[in-house]
Amino acid sequence: MEKIERIKSEEMIGRIDSRLVKNKVVKSIFFAATVFTSIILIVLLVRILTQGAPYLSWDFLQNFASRRPEQAGIKAAVIGTVWMMSVVIPTAAILGVGTAIYLEEYAKKNAITRWIQMNISNLAGVPSVVFGLLGLTIFVRLFGFGNSVLAAGFTMALLVLPVVIVASQEAIRAVPSELKEASYGLGATKWQTIFRVVLPYAIPGIATGSILAFSRAIGETAPLIVIGIPTFVAFLPSDVFDSFTALPMQIYNWTSRPQIEFHNLAAAGIIILLGVLIVMNSVAVWIRNRYQSR
Amino acid sequence: MKTTKKELSPVQQLLEKKYNGGFLNRSERIIPIVLFFMAAVSVLTTLGIVLTLIFETIIFFGEVSIVEFFTAAEWYPFSETEAVYGIWPLVLGTLKITLIASAFAVPIGLAVALYLSEYASRRTRKVMKPILEVLAGVPTIVYGFFALTFVTPVLRDLFPSIELFNAISPGIVVGIMIIPTIVSLSEDALSSVPEPVRHGALAMGATKWETASKVIFPAALSGILASIVLGVSRAIGETMIVSIAAGSTPSAALELTSSLQTMTSYIVQVTTGDAGFGTTIYYSIYAVGFTLFIFTLSMNVLAQFISKRFREEY
Amino acid sequence: MALTAVKTMKNNQTTQTEEVLVYNTKNLNLWYGDHHALKNINLDIKEKDVTAIIGPSGCGKSTYIKTLNRMIDLVPGVKTNGSIEYRGRDIFSKEFLVEELRTRVGMVFQKPNPFPKSIYENIAFGLKIHGIKNKQIINETVEKSLRGAALWDEVKDRIHEPAYGLSGGQQQRLCIARCLALEPDVILMDEPTSALDPVSTLKIEELIQELKEQYSIIIVTHNMQQAARISNKTAFFLNGEVVEFDSTETIFNNPADSRTDDYISGRFG
Repeated sequence: MEKIERIKSEEMIGRIDSRLVKNKVVKSIFFAATVFTSIILIVLLVRILTQGAPYLSWDFLQNFASRRPEQAGIKAAVIGTVWMMSVVIPTAAILGVGTAIYLEEYAKKNAITRWIQMNISNLAGVPSVVFGLLGLTIFVRLFGFGNSVLAAGFTMALLVLPVVIVASQEAIRAVPSELKEASYGLGATKWQTIFRVVLPYAIPGIATGSILAFSRAIGETAPLIVIGIPTFVAFLPSDVFDSFTALPMQIYNWTSRPQIEFHNLAAAGIIILLGVLIVMNSVAVWIRNRYQSR
Repeated sequence: MKTTKKELSPVQQLLEKKYNGGFLNRSERIIPIVLFFMAAVSVLTTLGIVLTLIFETIIFFGEVSIVEFFTAAEWYPFSETEAVYGIWPLVLGTLKITLIASAFAVPIGLAVALYLSEYASRRTRKVMKPILEVLAGVPTIVYGFFALTFVTPVLRDLFPSIELFNAISPGIVVGIMIIPTIVSLSEDALSSVPEPVRHGALAMGATKWETASKVIFPAALSGILASIVLGVSRAIGETMIVSIAAGSTPSAALELTSSLQTMTSYIVQVTTGDAGFGTTIYYSIYAVGFTLFIFTLSMNVLAQFISKRFREEY
Repeated sequence: MALTAVKTMKNNQTTQTEEVLVYNTKNLNLWYGDHHALKNINLDIKEKDVTAIIGPSGCGKSTYIKTLNRMIDLVPGVKTNGSIEYRGRDIFSKEFLVEELRTRVGMVFQKPNPFPKSIYENIAFGLKIHGIKNKQIINETVEKSLRGAALWDEVKDRIHEPAYGLSGGQQQRLCIARCLALEPDVILMDEPTSALDPVSTLKIEELIQELKEQYSIIIVTHNMQQAARISNKTAFFLNGEVVEFDSTETIFNNPADSRTDDYISGRFG
């Protein structure tokens, strides 16, 4: 009996080499996939930079859209995006943080709260084009905002709201309970504690998550198309009820034209768009690093 | 010590005044109500989406037979006289794109996730994390541009039979778009398997691959499946990449090399043009949107079910 | 088992003393980055001994036992020099594959770490990865290992149920059974009862008494009474050094070094 078992064991040892070869092959395949993923990003960025960079100029930033590619610029789109975000940011921030405070600090842990929570996470999975249909029906038609800054801003705010809520909830949850207890210990009321202790502590986390959400709103295209934001605009909005265009709309318009010159303009527009996103993400990362050590 | 009753310090006097004024009580009562209404907005949003889709779809089905919608093999709305509204070609277009995207993204995504969680050094992980974050943050309009102006020409150089608008190029690029979703969620699931379990396998002479494939992967399976389902859900709902690179021809043909239309790109096509408010075409986007919503919602619910039902307790 | 022992004895020409070494540690040093965790360790561990390693926390006892099957490799930034020979073979040499070492030398960890699989699959795992597919051999080995770990009677009706349904003590015996399935030569135990209640601890100690007939056992423990109860050799580690290594009786009754005495009598640690 013992003899047989020893043989079994020696047999097992003998197989190690081939098992190690398998391990090595698999590891190389996984590594290749990882490298490949990075290469995709590099190719994408290099491609857009080389195509668009020659078209970046002061004129490009200063000009309105034009049928002639050499005269076309991105002014209306950039300013329009700024207008839209001036609606999106306060709307989404106030609603998002308010909801997060309600869910974390006030709501009872009951079925209704769980249902609201589930509703929020399902909302995050709704395709952006469907949010466009909501905006078209409610804001454009029912409220009569038309294809204005306000309609687009509200639609985008609702689109990114779940992300802002979840980020704010996490930040609020991370506030040490000792801090809250200290505040209550001094006789502070619930709202005073939230407003003066919880929120200041949670703000960096809320900001980091929200900035990432807002950068998604800047790049989203589909909802804007659905609510009928025009692409060929030669004026700037003067208030939130004005019609406008936005960066991704302009890029979409140029991309869908057959001429290569317009594709190059689209690439130049993408550089601007990505530049804005990189700045926003860097700010988010900076805030995260700055306050993480606390 | 004498106990005088009314000898308050200035601070105490101020506090006294404030409490007697009742201001604190009032705001303490109002604020939760205000916050509750804010929380109600996201519930109203869901309600708004569902009701909008339902009501406008009902109007649509007042003009087009629901039987036709589900059974007709053609989607041909832009005809003055003989418009046909059969959803199948659009669903098929969406399925084609989703299938190609998954075939591309699932193996690569899982390979990257396994590499990062089981093999990579801390430094490699540190390099790859931001790369994946950037890939996840690239707007889909940019991916659409990339599909049309780079991937499609490259594919057509390799396989000249591929047309300018096709399923393969946008399918691959949608796949690229969902790789970060699959990687980050799968990697979370893999690395939440406790380290001692890994050590148990390695201490028995298992190689890293045996540990990963026979112990860690099965243990993390629910999280991994959920990540794939969520990735698929995003692929189904993806709009810009397909609108730009897949064309706008609803097709019931089972091939991948020519122009097609998905549910999402149909909505974009109609809303880009001037389909007047109140026309059948206008209402058709809600019926299509509703179908799309059902698809993505069931995927999301499935993902939640999987990760709840099969969650491992360590 | 006896066969290999004889073979090794012949190879080493140590037949006269009848003492066969499984581990022979010479001038072992180990650093975690800049921290010098093991200092010039020299230890000879004999076959079929139960060798206990005791010492206060942070003394390097756990590090040492993890070095014996090179689990220490998994810690980033570890450097070693000196040598450890397992039956005359340098465990750090390229030719000695770490997978082979770990097949021959089993390990039981501080906290029970069964795989999130069924009881049966936990034990079959080792055989399966080593390419043994024969169902009959696997079934027999599962039963034999569970019996060997004194767990069979408790679980025989539910071996296809998840291992996580077992109690902590049962899980730890399952981990021992998992080791036994590969018929190891040496079993390393790194504080195997530190996460268990007294009753489960007692069961594991009884099990160790049975296992020592067949296996060489090296056990790290923070519990001196445990070392005294189950081992016949004890090494006392302090600040990364071996202060004293002798028969358990000598260490506990007549230690040569005053620091050992201090530790044994509870003056520190």
